[in-house]
This record gives sequence, structure tokens and C-alpha cells, in this order.
Amino acid sequence: MNLTLNVWRQNGAGDKGRMEQYQAKNVSPDSSFLEMLDEVNEELIREGKEPIAFDHDCREGICGMCSQVINGKPHGGQDRTTVCQLHMRSFKDGDAIFIEPWRAKAFPVLRDLAVDRNALDRIMEAGGYTSCHTGGVADGNALLIGKPEADYAMDAAECIGCGACVAGCLNSSAMLFTSAKVAQLATLPQGKVEAAKRVKSMTAELKAQGFGNCTNHYECQASCPKGIDVKFIATLNREYIKALVK
Amino acid sequence: MQLTENSVGRKLLMAVTGALLLGFVIVHLLGNSSVFLGPDGINSYAENLHNLGPIVWVFRLVMLGLIVVHIWFGVSLTLENSAATPIGYASQEYRRATFSSRTMIYTGLALLAFIIYHLLHFTVQITDVEFAARQNMDAINRPDVFGMVVNGFKQTFTTVLYVVAMIVLFLHLSHGVQSILQTVGLSNDKSLPVVTLAGKGLAFVLLLGYISIPILIIAGIVKI
Ligand code: HEM
Ligand code: FES
Repeated sequence: MNLTLNVWRQNGAGDKGRMEQYQAKNVSPDSSFLEMLDEVNEELIREGKEPIAFDHDCREGICGMCSQVINGKPHGGQDRTTVCQLHMRSFKDGDAIFIEPWRAKAFPVLRDLAVDRNALDRIMEAGGYTSCHTGGVADGNALLIGKPEADYAMDAAECIGCGACVAGCLNSSAMLFTSAKVAQLATLPQGKVEAAKRVKSMTAELKAQGFGNCTNHYECQASCPKGIDVKFIATLNREYIKALVK
Repeated sequence: MQLTENSVGRKLLMAVTGALLLGFVIVHLLGNSSVFLGPDGINSYAENLHNLGPIVWVFRLVMLGLIVVHIWFGVSLTLENSAATPIGYASQEYRRATFSSRTMIYTGLALLAFIIYHLLHFTVQITDVEFAARQNMDAINRPDVFGMVVNGFKQTFTTVLYVVAMIVLFLHLSHGVQSILQTVGLSNDKSLPVVTLAGKGLAFVLLLGYISIPILIIAGIVKI
């Protein structure tokens, strides 16, 4: 298949950036979106041009490194799919495709489609951990955790930290990301100890890093390649209220 | 202070003030519906309210406080949110965000304008100086609220304005009601779709209730 790509090109943080058009020819429907871009880049290199910079690592949907907004939807909008797992068969021959970087003040563009997502690490540093000593690997079931709690925490822990929730959010809020961490830890006995302190400092960091405020559009859940539910945001809000009265 | 500084704290203030304003909107409609009982209904209702004396003023101050807090944080959250999103996408597609969720600040500010007009119209009565000057009293010497309302809505312009304002309120609450529950942490994946639907239903019932008054008056069904 042949495609027309409209790609955001930006020569470093200082550059203004612009959309540029490329033709992707003879694309195999079985290739992944990133493989399609690899081939476009090979062609650009052959022509002596600068290849399109984009982030990727595992290419199997678990590391959270790939990050592209395709036709206005983070990761291309296929249900629970990262860009690296998106295949060209979900496009049609002759399609015009828009490829843009995550857009948020907190995620400055480094080059082309690659953005700096360190702001998410700053939120983690503000409390996304437990500081109690948990010792060596405990015997299974030494610490009893109910199945529903374990499942709930596991669902929250599915977050791969890619930042698609921020990219999809109309307010560039990192609330879904933060809530997944807060909810996961607040559900487990090791995390409960510091729950109040954690929710206050992580949400304070959210603002300090320049992320917007959540206004419940729920676009984040639709954008998340892991389908993290906005019920975790309600959990974060509940944890915050508990912390207030503590 | 934690509440006014924190992103979630300020959202909570929005939600709590929004919920109390919603409570007022519901009670206000119940009170207004006494217009359907004729002059005696609404005039005695109004008289009873006014006889509460200082409590009326306490109530008015609380309402003013709620609106000021709600607007203050509504505007500042919106400004911060647009500062956090300096560049939009060349191609943009929404999947969960709705027309009403995206227009909260506009419907909110339109409501503010309407609230001011509404107070001038019926409370201070300066939009109808002639009527205010007449100091109309009803048969047993109570202020004739019934006459004021019925005369007020005889003008098509006024009726249209009220109907439009109530549609704006409907849009604001279509997003607002479920948003309250999510923000105060009282929703989950099972309840959210139900609450969203129920919230829209409540907003629609309020719309029908409020517009029924001017429409029945202009249709001549409720008359002096
Ligand atoms: C007076 C002018 C008003 C302005 C400027 C305004 C503005 C706003 C804004 C910007 C939001 C969005 C906040 C967010 O999405 O988190 C909001 C939410 C809300 N507003 Fe208003 N509003 C006004 C009046 C009202 C009135 C009269 C009511 C009551 C009927 C009301 C009820 C609500 C509710 C229930 C919410 C949802 C709270 C939440 O997000 O949890 N607002 N308002
Ligand atoms: S490259 Fe690892 S998730 Fe896509």
C-alpha cells in the first residue's frame, strides 16, 4: 500500500517546527507502524536527508517508550494498542496520515516526534514508592492480600508510563498516570502506611511540573494503550479527601 | 492552604460549590412551581420567604460566596489548563470528551451573565422600572409576585432569553452532575455510566421544569 505521511519535524528544542509531507511506498500491511517509519527513514538516509526521530524500545507494547499521536489519537487510537503494536493493516491504501508528538507544556519536544517525559519521573520521585523496608522476597501468601485488592492493584499497575493520557487530555493533565500509581500503592498493605503523604505530594508535583488540572473529560482512558480506568482517578480523589481529614 | 493550592483540592471546591448550586437550582424550581397554584400560591410563598428577615440575607450571602468560589476556581483552572496545552494537534479527534464537557467555561460564564440579568429582572426589578414604580400589591396587600412574573414573561424577548439560559444550564449540568461524583471520589467503572445518564436526565428534567413557566405564560395558559 501507498500512504501520504504528514509528520511533525522539529530540529531540536529551539526550533519552531513544522509539518512535512512524505510518501511511504509499497508498505506491507503486515508491518508495524514503527517498521513503516523505519523504511521511510531508510529512504531518507539514502537521499542524504535527516531521518525522522521517534522514541521506541521494546516494540512489544510493554516499555511505554513509543509515543506518537496518529490522526489526532495517541498511539493511533486502536483499543489497548501501543504504536509499536499498531499494524499497517488498520490503514487503507492511499490514506493520508498525520503523525505528531505528544503535546503538553510539561513534555517539551526534543526532536521531531521525541519528547522529554522526565516530568512523569518527577511525579514518581514525589512519592510513587514505599519507603519501608520490605526485606528479601517474602514467602508467597506470608502477607495476606485479598484477591479483589490484588486484582485492583494489578489493574492499576498495568500503566506503562508512556504518557498517552497526558497527550490525549484536553488539559494536558497527568491525572490518570498519577492516580494509577496512587491507587496501586494505597490498595496494598506496604503502600497504605504513606498513602496520605503520597497523594498530597504527588498531586502537588503534578502542578509543579506544569501539567493541567483534571476536568473529567475521560479522554485519558480512551487514549491509554493499557485501558487504565478513570475509576482510579476517583480513588485518588478519595485518597486526597482522606488525607485532608487525617 | 492545601485545598486552594492543590490541583485536586481546587477541583473539590468546584465540585462542592457546584453541588450546592445544583441543590439551589432544584429547590428554586420547586419554589417557582408555586406559580401554577395561581396568585395565592406564589405570593404567599414569596411573603413567607421575606418574613424570614435576616435569614434571607444570610442565605443570599452564602449563595454569593458559593458563586464567587465556583467562578474563581472555574476561571483559574481553565486558564491554567490552557497554559498547560500551548500547542494543539493538527488533526484532533475526541472520543470521550463531550460538547458540554468542552464548553463548561462558556456555559458557566453565560450562566453568570444570566444570573445578573435575572436578579435585575425579578429581585431588583430595574429592567421593568414602570412595574417596580407601581408597587403592585395583590388583593390582600402582599407584593404581587404572580403579576410580576406573568407580566414579565409576556414579552417574547424575555421568554426566549430565559429558555436559552435554561438550555445553557442543561449543558452545564449534563457534564457537571457526574463530574461532582467523580471529583468527590464517589464513582467507579460500574456507577459512572449510570450516573452520567442520570445526571443528564436530572439536567433535562430541570430544563423542562424551568421553561414550562415562561412557555405556559406566553401561551396564555397561565394568566392573570
Ligand atoms: C456563575 C457562573 C458559573 C461559572 C463561571 C461556572 C463555571 C464552571 C466551570 C468552568 C466548571 C468546570 C470545572 C471542571 O470541569 O472541573 C464548572 C463545573 C460545574 N458547575 Fe459551574 N459555573 C457557573 C455556574 C454554575 C451554576 C449556577 C451551577 C449550578 C447549577 C453550576 C454547577 C456546576 C457543576 C455541578 C460543576 C461540576 C463540578 C465538578 O467538576 O466536579 N455552575 N462550572
Ligand atoms: S516500544 Fe515499548 S511499548 Fe512501544
